[in-house]
Amino acid sequence: MFRTIPNYLKVAVCVKRVVDYTVKVRVKDNKVQTANSKMSVNPFDEIAIEEAIQLKEKKIADEVVAVTIGGKKAEEVLRTAMALGCDKAVHVVIPDAAVDSVEPLAVARILQKLHEEIMPDIWLLGKQAVDGDFGCTPQLLAGLLDAPQGTFASKVEVKDKKVTVTREVDAGRQVVELSMPCVLAADLRLNTPRFPKLPNIMKARKKPIDTKDVKALGVDLTPHLSTETVTEPATRKAGVKVKTVDEFYDKLHAAKVL
Amino acid sequence: MFRATALSLGKALVIAEMVGGKASPATLSAITGATKVGPVTILVAGASAKDEAQVLAKIKPVASVLVTVGEQYSHGLPEEYAPLIDAAVKANGYTHVFAGTSAFGKNVIPRAAARQSCMPIPEVTEIVDENTFVRQTYAGNAITTIKSSDKIKYCTLRGTSFERAEVGGGSAAVADLAATPAVGKAKFVEDQLSTSDKPDLMTAATVISGGRGMKSGDNFKMLEELAAPLNAAVGATRAVVDAGYVPNEMQIGQTGKTVAPNFYLACGISGAIQHVAGMKDSKVIAVVNTDEEAPFFQIADYGIVDDLFKVLPALTEKVKAANGK
Repeated sequence: MFRTIPNYLKVAVCVKRVVDYTVKVRVKDNKVQTANSKMSVNPFDEIAIEEAIQLKEKKIADEVVAVTIGGKKAEEVLRTAMALGCDKAVHVVIPDAAVDSVEPLAVARILQKLHEEIMPDIWLLGKQAVDGDFGCTPQLLAGLLDAPQGTFASKVEVKDKKVTVTREVDAGRQVVELSMPCVLAADLRLNTPRFPKLPNIMKARKKPIDTKDVKALGVDLTPHLSTETVTEPATRKAGVKVKTVDEFYDKLHAAKVL
Repeated sequence: MFRATALSLGKALVIAEMVGGKASPATLSAITGATKVGPVTILVAGASAKDEAQVLAKIKPVASVLVTVGEQYSHGLPEEYAPLIDAAVKANGYTHVFAGTSAFGKNVIPRAAARQSCMPIPEVTEIVDENTFVRQTYAGNAITTIKSSDKIKYCTLRGTSFERAEVGGGSAAVADLAATPAVGKAKFVEDQLSTSDKPDLMTAATVISGGRGMKSGDNFKMLEELAAPLNAAVGATRAVVDAGYVPNEMQIGQTGKTVAPNFYLACGISGAIQHVAGMKDSKVIAVVNTDEEAPFFQIADYGIVDDLFKVLPALTEKVKAANGK
């Protein structure tokens, strides 16, 4: 099915529940200890949500669907997304025991399945999740859908059935023009996410969440990567603190760096 | 020699990223990493790939170079690269596909992996054996060793973790690889690159960085004044980039660039985990901060608890005086 009216787009935005980015996680017993850590919406996904809502406010999109793949508790990130302005949500429920081992490839496969159902013109994701630091779900999804990808997006413009994306690359920016459907991955500079307002948080409780069991989608969750060991990084020992600039310079000079 | 180690069974393909006719530093690091699994083939694609292949063939550890001439590859579009990589893998049976961890590598490698239903392994810091890799998670707070069961491993290798391959002295065989039909779903519009004659952040031996303590973009001139005689690059934290003090390509950290220079001087930076993730492998770290409780002091080799607006000019004077002698 093709959407022909250009200002009538559907946007799907993907959200992940992660350990809050300000929390310094510890490694114990060959595992990252995340129990009882503060959890939040992945910061890049907040930016993706904001962009999706702005597309709606500019009357470019008429519907924004938030999607998450995760354990029971992941529902809270969908409520946040809807309090921010998403219209409805899809929650693909993963058994709690398997949540940590779901890889970006499996996530991309699930999203590929959902694509047939949601049929969005634009997929918006964060450029990376701050837990696994993989940063490859958007590219994998685009690859599976054979759709063009706009990663590290810092500016998005939709016009005449094309999406013009300014991407942050190593030496500056690159502008590309994508056909739809496409997959976009939000970088930090795309926008400044808003905060949910209390009345909207209340309203979000009434918005619909379509809960799906991952098994029903028939996606194989078997990890391709198995974790052998997890360790803490080597700790650097604190050095010396000096009082004067002269002393500072002398130390650095002695260390042969100045 | 009957050393049939697992490491000799691999066949590695490195996707070259070219900058001004030369292999990017990230590509040179990826080549070094790739030698750990077996003979290394480089794939170079673009309008001027023929000439670039001659440059790549001279890189010492490279065994062979695949050349694909086609305008569609000139701007690194992953929509065009992924089918080409796929064609190379199908034709020659590579066990590993590598690229440097750069905006290009991170964009292309996972898309190519999707076509073979493989799980990509980004930002590898160590190759243990042909199936086992080390990478960091949680902003560098956990070092994870993972084993891949995929037939083909698609990895980006972190440039700061592998030495750069030696340019010159090599004599690799050059072969043509047919171009794949242009996909055309994405179109290159333009590059908006910051042109600067200053040393590159990712490769500079010395990096001087400013954080919120710099107070304004104008004050970054102070860092540049110290950087000039040291031939150092100037970096920044996410906070100052977000505040619009400096352009985003200067950002160091979990979501910016990863650097590991000989010397890292942090000015007015508290040392949040997201920033430290991008520079903690620097050899010598020095910190200037008025807050003696700043977490950065815990990892710094040298620290001075003082106002950077006083320390920096004085330090610059001393460096200039020493250089003048």
